[in-house]
Amino acid sequence: MEELDVEPAITNIPAASDGKHLGFAWGPGDILAYETLYKASSGAKGSGCSFIHEVRKDEDIYSPILRKLFNESHHIFVGLQTIREDLPNKNKKPQFVSISKNYRSVIRACMEELQQVAVSTKDAKVSMQYGNQVSILLAIELIWNLCEVLFIDAAPAGSLLLHLLDWVRLHKADVDEKAREVLQSESPAEHHDYWDVVVSYVLQGRLEEARQMLVKQATLQPAARNMYKLMDTLLTKMPFYNPGGTQTLTEFDVKWRNWHEEVDRCLQDNSFASNRHLEIICRILVGDEDMLLDHKELLGTWYHFLVTRLLFSHPTVKPTELHYYAQSCMTMFLDSRNVPEPLDNILLAAFEFDIHQVIKDCSIALNNWWFVAHLTDLLDHCKLLQSHNLHFGSNLREFLLLEYASGLFTHHSLWQLAVDYFDHCPEFGRVYLELQIERVPLDTERKALKVLRICEQRQMSEQVRSICKIMAMRALRNNRLGSALSWSIRAKDAAFATLISERFLQDYCARGTFSDLDLIDNLGPAMLLSDRLTFLGKYREFHKLYGEKRFSEAAKLLLSLMTAKIAPRSFWMTLLTDALPLLEQKETPNHSQLGCPDHYPHQI
Amino acid sequence: MESVNAKYVSQKISKTRWRPVSHSSLQQPDIFATGSWDNENNKISFWSIGNHGSSDMEDGFEGDPQLLCEHKHDGDVLDLQFLDQDRIVTTSSTGAVTIFRHHQNSETISVSQSWPRVHRYPCDNAPCTGVVCSSPEIVTVGEDGKIIVFRADQEGVVRVIENADSSTIHAVTYLRTTEILTVNSIGQLKLWDFRQQSNSPSQILSLSGDRVPLHCVDRHPNQQHIVATGGQDGMLCVWDVRQGSTPFSLMEAHSAESGVRH
Repeated sequence: MEELDVEPAITNIPAASDGKHLGFAWGPGDILAYETLYKASSGAKGSGCSFIHEVRKDEDIYSPILRKLFNESHHIFVGLQTIREDLPNKNKKPQFVSISKNYRSVIRACMEELQQVAVSTKDAKVSMQYGNQVSILLAIELIWNLCEVLFIDAAPAGSLLLHLLDWVRLHKADVDEKAREVLQSESPAEHHDYWDVVVSYVLQGRLEEARQMLVKQATLQPAARNMYKLMDTLLTKMPFYNPGGTQTLTEFDVKWRNWHEEVDRCLQDNSFASNRHLEIICRILVGDEDMLLDHKELLGTWYHFLVTRLLFSHPTVKPTELHYYAQSCMTMFLDSRNVPEPLDNILLAAFEFDIHQVIKDCSIALNNWWFVAHLTDLLDHCKLLQSHNLHFGSNLREFLLLEYASGLFTHHSLWQLAVDYFDHCPEFGRVYLELQIERVPLDTERKALKVLRICEQRQMSEQVRSICKIMAMRALRNNRLGSALSWSIRAKDAAFATLISERFLQDYCARGTFSDLDLIDNLGPAMLLSDRLTFLGKYREFHKLYGEKRFSEAAKLLLSLMTAKIAPRSFWMTLLTDALPLLEQKETPNHSQLGCPDHYPHQI
Repeated sequence: MESVNAKYVSQKISKTRWRPVSHSSLQQPDIFATGSWDNENNKISFWSIGNHGSSDMEDGFEGDPQLLCEHKHDGDVLDLQFLDQDRIVTTSSTGAVTIFRHHQNSETISVSQSWPRVHRYPCDNAPCTGVVCSSPEIVTVGEDGKIIVFRADQEGVVRVIENADSSTIHAVTYLRTTEILTVNSIGQLKLWDFRQQSNSPSQILSLSGDRVPLHCVDRHPNQQHIVATGGQDGMLCVWDVRQGSTPFSLMEAHSAESGVRH
């Protein structure tokens, strides 16, 4: 077995007393722990603790807001599975990208709702818990977005940087907040955050907005008008690659180098020497790494630093070159004091195009399989995962989906979603479903019918029989014979139908009348399910005919019951006793038949 | 065609009912109640789709139901009926029947009356599957095959018909003020006349051939003898109670179990 790269997390069970030994048992999604003695010794003292503690790993499925995430992503998942297989991959790419965006928008919607509750609630514990969930979802969306850019969209050099810029802009929303604050103040150009906002815009490549902000400063300093005009020109002339245009990458590269040289010349000429801020901006535009690193707080993260550095020094970066820059940027940004966090390692693995490492690290870091299962499934559809046979026989995608769906099955309500996930796991899905579906608790008939419908649709006849038998046993125990018979007829369970018919007949022998006549009188074709049942139905019919004084027909029926040998042994005496009054009837023409000794085998 | 609005509510809903509007007003109903099932904590909720004069509703959200209030419910809500403008009766999978009162000024719900465990087996609770009311009378049916009659504001039950059915009764409806109709899981409709003291139905109707369980029943709004039933195989049958013991019309509506509401 592989060694774990991280230490397992320790969970304290607060209710268990100190120093006691704990025994445990695995459940489908949790562990049951209880206090116990290590060795059963005769001198055992003290009373045992009567509590069983349930330790759950995944709290998220019980959160009402996150429930929307599971429901909506299930919907997207099912839609993804039904995309037609025969189209060539490049036509499917836009579809995959749009599905990826759907998943991300669901994550964002949940995040916003959680954030609202976290802010508005008065309960500090709830606020903290929701706040944690928000940060986890933020990280998840960040990773997913990067995977979409690098793997699914697989942008080539040129567009790659543009996508990465979008990615960074989406995840650094505080710039807009600060900008709003500055612009709403009385004199924006004199606000203490003004230059921070301008520099942030430049760092994110939002040069148009930077220029608009600079205009405000320019009007305040008419003496420096030329300098501001020069900066404005530089900012306007910065070329951005247009993927849809006619310009090739090489032409763009040439144009960009020319621009870069121009900016460099301005620096050498000390054109901005008298204005510290414009000098800073010029150095950033030329791609001065030290200047970028000086603005660590504005950049915030090493990947922002990476993208900005690429923007101003290698805008035509190729996907295969990314990981060199990523590694060096991370090292430069995080000085020796900061240890890379799991998120950083995951992003680095993504820049290295090591999909398996990304999935592995995410599986360890998150407590719930939701993210890795859906992402892997999408990547598998894009044919990006090499088929990687794991020790357990199935491939990675199926393994993760099975784990995720098994976790869902333990939820009292979300189990219905899991069924669809199992359906789309070709190797083991059906087996898992067969094992799990029998364990769904069936409190009401309505729920049993839902479960049965799922089994019948998938031709799981074993499970259908098993569930019907459970319901029938329960009905039998509560003396609801009609219900029990209904269930065994649905399951086509002849053995059980026989058992119930026996009960009816015993009832009759004990009380002299039939119970549940409305059922027995209306068995219809179901009567043929079991011999005993047929006998019961026919015997009741005999009684009806007798009651209506149609003696000849009654006698004929009674005769056929005796000859057909479907009567249980215990009933033969009763049948014979029933025959007696018929023999006494003068109208019956079948005296001779009834008296015929051949019909009475020697067993009497 | 009007657009369809969908809203995720993070719970499985078993039944919804419009609050009745008084016959004099010509408005469409704008408040409805829902009952949930299969959740760890079930509840009943009241929702409104009318504009309450709030001006900040964007165009895309018009008609989006807004939650007014909710109350927790013990067990799955298997059926739900409005008793009058303020009170609603629910039946639970624990065999209990409860009346909730909706206080409209404070937008809260409180339990007005409850009959716990009225539907039960000798040693277990039986889910109560259907309810119908004609204020102040309430009739419920359950998996235990009993029909129970209550009066709102009276403790205890008015009448119990034990062993009304040997199989589960799925739904009930009023035919006349003294007659009800039940459907069960062996495909039979039974007519019960409360004026009679006997515990057996005055009439039994069934579809000959397959005994398909019937899940729901409702009466024609204007013609008292016409009823429709929905079956387990998705078949919708229309019956005339006065004549014949078989339906006069059969329609294949769904591929699976369905509910009927006129």
